[in-house]
Amino acid sequence: MVGEPARALGCDPMSRSEEASPEGDLAAERKLLARLRGGEEAAFAELVKRHGGRMLTVAQRMLRHHEDARDAVQEAFLSAFRALDRFEGNARLSTWLHRIVVNAALMKLRTQRRKPEASIDELLPTFLEDGHAAEPSTPWREGSDETLSRRETRDLVRRSIDRLPESYRTILILRDVEELDTEETASLLGVSVNAAKTRLHRARQALRAILDPHFRAGGPS
Amino acid sequence: MSRPHLPCRHVIEFLADYVDGELSTEERSEFDRHLAVCPPCVAYLDGYRATIRLARETLLPGAEPEIEDVPEELVAAILRSRRR
Repeated sequence: MVGEPARALGCDPMSRSEEASPEGDLAAERKLLARLRGGEEAAFAELVKRHGGRMLTVAQRMLRHHEDARDAVQEAFLSAFRALDRFEGNARLSTWLHRIVVNAALMKLRTQRRKPEASIDELLPTFLEDGHAAEPSTPWREGSDETLSRRETRDLVRRSIDRLPESYRTILILRDVEELDTEETASLLGVSVNAAKTRLHRARQALRAILDPHFRAGGPS
Repeated sequence: MSRPHLPCRHVIEFLADYVDGELSTEERSEFDRHLAVCPPCVAYLDGYRATIRLARETLLPGAEPEIEDVPEELVAAILRSRRR
């Protein structure tokens, strides 16, 4: 699957922090593509330098170790080079490369998965026979999601995400951070759309449960 | 105020569809009627939404310095692999 042409996506996941690219960028991209297809060595170096940093950022979000992220980026570029002739040009190069590096990172995760994952059942809400929650939720502090400017809050959230079993951590990142849609996420993970939805919901619930003691009103700040 | 028709279990089970806007108008109205009279479900929903935002804002570019320049040795390794 790595290296297959991406569908045109509604957003450019690797350019969110930038302003909209001017049309000149598109023209420059077409020129670069033509040089790449012509086998020009300098064009390959340009592509890697232009997109490699962002691809490394994406790979590092998905993989826990820096070396794995570098390997995934290398694999992704080799897949992209092989698939250049199949790139249809209806998506931005950055969008296409984003999908390829996500796929390469997923392949890496699959080869690393050695043992069964821990259950997250204890992090999911439970209910009484009448359908009411066994432990009713209490509100979080006002502005609990506005405290991210504090480094310790970001560290807490990052550590909490890392506590999720890999398959839950991965789908949370693909859907809620990389903003892939459900169908594409399901396709990349090789599961049904319903299974992807269920897994994402459980991942969010588990992360909510891990964060709850830190953010509920009256809890530690 | 009348008791909510939907049980909390149903609301929590299908909360992702509610948050992601994938419920029909009728289903959404039922959820809203439940939430109007069920503070624990509202607290759960608010925390669920905050969780999504916290995850996104923690890991997205901008939350921390993005890698702007790919290391030279990685560029070289990629280009070497291509020539093989």
